[in-house]
Amino acid sequence: MEIKSMRFKANAEASLANVVLQGNLKNAKGKFVTKRAEAIKEIDDFEGTRDAAAAIRNKVIDNLDLWLERFENRAQETGAQVMWAKDGAEVCRLVTEIARKHKVTKVTKSKSMLSEEAGLNQALEAAGIQPVETDLGEYILQVDNNEPPSHIIAPAVHKSLDDVADLFHKVHGTPRKTEIPALTREAREVLRGHFLTAEMGLSGGNFLVAETGSVALVTNEGNGRMVTTLPKVHVVITGIEKVIPTLEDLSTLMRLLPRSATGQSISNYFSILTGVKKPEEHDGPEHLYFILVDAGRADVVGGEFHEMLRCIRCGACMNHCPVYQTIGGHAYGWVYPGPMGSVLTPLYAGIENSIDLPHAATLCNQCGVVCPVKIPLPDLLRKLREKQTDAGLRPLTERVGLRVWAWVAQRPVLYGLGARLGARYLKWLAGEDKSIRLLPAVQEWTRGRDFPAPQGKTFRELYAARQKSAKESQQ
Amino acid sequence: MANKRVGLFVTCLVDLMRPRIGFAALKLLETAGCEVIVPDTQTCCGQPAWNSGDKAGAEALAKKTIAEFEGFDYIVVPSGSCGDHIRSEYQSMFAEEPSWRDRATAMAARTYELTDFLASVLKVDSVPGDYEGTVTYHDSCSGLRSMGIKAQPRALLAKMKAVELKEMNGCEECCGFGGTFSVKFGEVSAAIAERKCDFIHASGAPAVVGGDLGCLLNIEGKLRRMGDETTRVLHVAEVLAGDA
Repeated sequence: MEIKSMRFKANAEASLANVVLQGNLKNAKGKFVTKRAEAIKEIDDFEGTRDAAAAIRNKVIDNLDLWLERFENRAQETGAQVMWAKDGAEVCRLVTEIARKHKVTKVTKSKSMLSEEAGLNQALEAAGIQPVETDLGEYILQVDNNEPPSHIIAPAVHKSLDDVADLFHKVHGTPRKTEIPALTREAREVLRGHFLTAEMGLSGGNFLVAETGSVALVTNEGNGRMVTTLPKVHVVITGIEKVIPTLEDLSTLMRLLPRSATGQSISNYFSILTGVKKPEEHDGPEHLYFILVDAGRADVVGGEFHEMLRCIRCGACMNHCPVYQTIGGHAYGWVYPGPMGSVLTPLYAGIENSIDLPHAATLCNQCGVVCPVKIPLPDLLRKLREKQTDAGLRPLTERVGLRVWAWVAQRPVLYGLGARLGARYLKWLAGEDKSIRLLPAVQEWTRGRDFPAPQGKTFRELYAARQKSAKESQQ
Repeated sequence: MANKRVGLFVTCLVDLMRPRIGFAALKLLETAGCEVIVPDTQTCCGQPAWNSGDKAGAEALAKKTIAEFEGFDYIVVPSGSCGDHIRSEYQSMFAEEPSWRDRATAMAARTYELTDFLASVLKVDSVPGDYEGTVTYHDSCSGLRSMGIKAQPRALLAKMKAVELKEMNGCEECCGFGGTFSVKFGEVSAAIAERKCDFIHASGAPAVVGGDLGCLLNIEGKLRRMGDETTRVLHVAEVLAGDA
């Protein structure tokens, strides 16, 4: 996908100015948050379960090569083919080759964020193969001129009912409907034909199970089952970090994933798909391919951002993020928004392409608190900031300003003088209003709010005066 | 608890913007029987440098602060944000400098946020203040999620007979301040603050109280810009000390 993360600040401000989007965000805000809060109460030892889940993920990423090899062997034993892609371009090439080999003209897709990373739909179209998104949210976006998703599990969350009503009326050429069930039925009717005619199904994978060579799929609409069982060819595309050791581990992680994501105890559909169709079976694909994708992940293994690979893509961090809630996902400019995206985009799409993202967080740690696999997101964001500073990627004024400030703050006399002058200046600036409406040099602050006036003298000077007079009265 | 020597770290924001919060903290600690010393060379804990990616600046200020506060039984900070920086980050900062890491660990063990110290360590029975009226409480992020500050300020406020606490929805949500975030993404920061102000207004309380001056300046600035000239924005220390 094209990287637009360099324009985060402008994107964010455009999001704030977009009245329709702001209304949609307000409506969406809090639904996942409230449902998650209820759902996690069902788990007796939620913290212990989070620890266990984090341990499972750590176990894998600490020895990723071994677990991948085990998965590869088991998957091959079940009749699947395992392929490796080093980047998005290779994903596109492999999928296109598989499609050509099986004379595929149409591909139905279940949700896959990795295919977004790779820009797979565009590549398929260029090769004359029709990709059809079948997740309702993804379908809405595809028919809306291939709009990118704004959330990893609710891709069209930025759209309102009215938006979708207008869109379907336009692209389907049907009378405008305003009831959700009617709109959903209309999408189903369109998609049904595609399900029955596609020669190949393409899905992501929530987890790859090493002991059985299976892929686990978590969906809510049933489209995942259509995509993975009806066509003769099924291609699974996942990141290499998605492997887990056992089915037992899967059950632990599944206690947390739907609850953290949508606040469901279990998703409407949960499939564990293993191997190709056996002679005695009635359905399932005759050809099963796994494309396991690096695309930056291997470089993260063993480094200071290692913990990020634990991520199970639930979206809880963005659902709870005050910044995401305020500007929506598109502002982040690439595939993954919110706190996890602000870590992943610099790692996968280039730290120099995402200067603002690690700073686009208040470090409130709500993300860290809700993360089901305990990724310390604020710490990782802060480390990225450090890397940017060390690499000289931050603006010169900021770097110099910080150094000067830190230098002065190490010199109490000089600092005290500066603070005394500052307190007086700010008080003068505020005047009788006691509120500053335009703060010179720091205009960012006063763009959307006032800056309250200081008292006018610093604590240190008032305290020194008090100590002095106390001493004099003692004498 | 008498004769315990407490070093008061007033924080750079209190020093510059609201000295009365520092004096309120001093009064609360002295009233509770502590011997309070305010090292006069203190400046900033270094959190802005650390959170901005300036490791060298952050380390220099951490060392300075550690050295200044080494002789005390306790270090008390009227801020969950600065308190958490001293208690959690100093140690990780010096992971590869054992001598400083040990000094940081020792400081961490003696460092408390003000309300936590009053309620959990000193276990005060009463507070000097006699505030009258309804207030709502804003839980600041670092204090709440990293230091567990939630019940302590409420328990202390409850010691004043005429205070009624009316909780707002979203009291645990970030106000949008975020330190330098507020001046890097001013509009986003202010938009988040607006939501917090809406919660405050919906609570109906004529005053909002909190434990971190950064959040309070952000909230007050947004309230005033929204045309609200009356809602009072107070630090919990001022309220408890009877200085509000």
